[in-house]
Amino acid sequence: MSKQTAAPPSRAGAEEQSSTSVIDPPKDVDRNQLARERDEVKERQKDRFTGLNAEQLIGLYRQMLLIRRFEEKSAEAYVAGKIGGFCHLYIGQEAVAVGAISTIRKDDYVFCSYREHGHALAKGMSSRSIMAELFGKATGCSKGKGGSMHMFDKDLGFLGGHGIVGGQIPLATGAAFGSMYQNTDQVTLCFFGEAAVNQGAFHESLNLAQLWKLPCIYICENNQYGMGTSLARAMSLRDISKKGCAYDIASEFVDGMDVLAVHDAVMRAVERGRKESLPTLLEVRTYRFMGHSMSDPGNYRTRAEIEKYQERDPIKLFSASLLEQKIVDEKTLAEIDKQVREEVEDAYRFADESPLPDPSELYTDVYADPIDPSRNKTR
Amino acid sequence: MSTITIREALNQAIREELTRDEKVFIMGEEVAAYDGAYKVTKGLLHDFGPKRVIDTPITELGFAGLGVGAAMVGLRPIVEFMTFNFSILATDQIINSAAKMLYMSGGQFKIPIVFRGPGGSAFQVSSQHSQAIESWYAHFPGLKVVMPSTPADAKGLLKSAIRDDDPVIFIEQERMYGNKGEVPDDPNFTIPLGVADIKRPGTDCTIVARSLMVPVALKAAEQLEQQGVSCEVIDPRTIRPLDIDTIIESVKKTNRVVLAEESHPICGVNAEISMQIMERAFDYLDAPIKRVSGVDVPMPYAKNLENLVVPDVARIVAAVREVAYLD
Repeated sequence: MSKQTAAPPSRAGAEEQSSTSVIDPPKDVDRNQLARERDEVKERQKDRFTGLNAEQLIGLYRQMLLIRRFEEKSAEAYVAGKIGGFCHLYIGQEAVAVGAISTIRKDDYVFCSYREHGHALAKGMSSRSIMAELFGKATGCSKGKGGSMHMFDKDLGFLGGHGIVGGQIPLATGAAFGSMYQNTDQVTLCFFGEAAVNQGAFHESLNLAQLWKLPCIYICENNQYGMGTSLARAMSLRDISKKGCAYDIASEFVDGMDVLAVHDAVMRAVERGRKESLPTLLEVRTYRFMGHSMSDPGNYRTRAEIEKYQERDPIKLFSASLLEQKIVDEKTLAEIDKQVREEVEDAYRFADESPLPDPSELYTDVYADPIDPSRNKTR
Repeated sequence: MSTITIREALNQAIREELTRDEKVFIMGEEVAAYDGAYKVTKGLLHDFGPKRVIDTPITELGFAGLGVGAAMVGLRPIVEFMTFNFSILATDQIINSAAKMLYMSGGQFKIPIVFRGPGGSAFQVSSQHSQAIESWYAHFPGLKVVMPSTPADAKGLLKSAIRDDDPVIFIEQERMYGNKGEVPDDPNFTIPLGVADIKRPGTDCTIVARSLMVPVALKAAEQLEQQGVSCEVIDPRTIRPLDIDTIIESVKKTNRVVLAEESHPICGVNAEISMQIMERAFDYLDAPIKRVSGVDVPMPYAKNLENLVVPDVARIVAAVREVAYLD
């Protein structure tokens, strides 16, 4: 029975859990207060430095910075008309993907929503293949057929990029079922926004995962807005980690601006998944600094609220901690930034120079086992 | 050859494929301990155990999506819907995930999954439990849609569907599970998807019918034979991809066409078949194509009203006589 009993939600670093901040965003910026809050987060982060060596810590930083720079470049490319359709940026949330994915193996699976460029990078996909996909080029990770919302890499266990809110949650549950069925010790990380929690797919999946003991880790990235609708206007019980209780799933609340807090919590969940074949629900409180997508003017949030979270930017916070802990010096940070910028510039050039998909690609990949390709064509 | 029911033929197919491939499993509501709501899965739990034959809670979206995810990592799920009416809850996963995964991943993730169960009209269960929705699924590239009408077709096509690397919508007919017919005993017997079958050869009029309409059309053809009209009855068996060539060949021979289906007429499968005949064999037609469909209302409960909805022998006979200018 102990295996089935949900662990009590952890409260470490959970001062932000009070939903009042969502209902009453700060009207005026009290910079001293913001700085005090940031220092508190940093103080807590300090206690988490013990588990990882310098190389790993720098790796986390580098990965987060790569995502930040990659997304900045994506925004630039979008404005320049190089990227079409929707483009949902991950700026502000980097600590979640990086902290979480750094705990798993190459053969573990990752499922995401449509805000997945960062997760794809964190799972080891190349900047080139992701940028080329954004550009709709033949060299993209999905051959230019998926675009921003549908990145895939089978060899790296990156199983998408899904466009319907909550649609990836049953899929991830199924991949975890596959691991259980085939008796491997793989785990599946399933990322989704808090708005997906209101979908039936979330509830149906969590029920099945605990019922059948599936090693799936449900990572709710609570950035507090479903497009332009705040959590307060969309969810009756806003304490998302509590929802695990309904399915007897172990749950935790995690500070998503602290990459090490995310890493530690996901590590515990991965252990539970690998060793006991049990699911976990994590509510990771985070914030997106940009709009829902590139076309979002963002007039539903106050400047003060955005600044509050920018003050505890996960990358700035972590670099400050790394400096304080003497893991890096300013010179190293500058060098990392230079490398990352070069990588992103290279990806941009590669994408820009890559060929468009051949028109003949229109009809490929519709069926794995096409019965008569001519019948798939529009007459 | 053995004479068995469609129910038994389907059971044999699932049983043989479970035996053949460890990656195949079946899940759905009441498929295991209850032996199947319609007994298609009878005895499978006993013979294959709970790992391969899995009862699900009533959570269609959840287990359909779970099946697609399992297929992404190499399993070959058979997902049973107790009836296809309930598949409506799972359409997001069937259409947005299963049908499109291969394409939007640039060919990386094939989805070898079968969604199966009974569909079409049932007996006096009113509007929500008695309807034919194959045209919904047939609309989407990436899916294959199969509708067998005989025990042999049911077995041979289901085995092919399970072995197929694409998502297959396999719609059985609730009223037909007890229908009997001859089925080859060979465990390697399969019928390829995408190939129509001429259920009865004829020379004067082509009747295209699927699922429940096949036996009805065959009875109509018998009556018409006595009236001096020779009908060719074609069962496409697979709705997508559609074996239009077989239909066109027949039309070129008979020059007259009646299309029978139990689904609603608007945007139905026969509307598509009719269009393709017009595009490819217009000059061969001696009369406008005639369509016999389920009446365009939700299914009523009362027996007399229900009988008015589902096309019967008399309506098909009348349609053939109309295109043959006999009345």
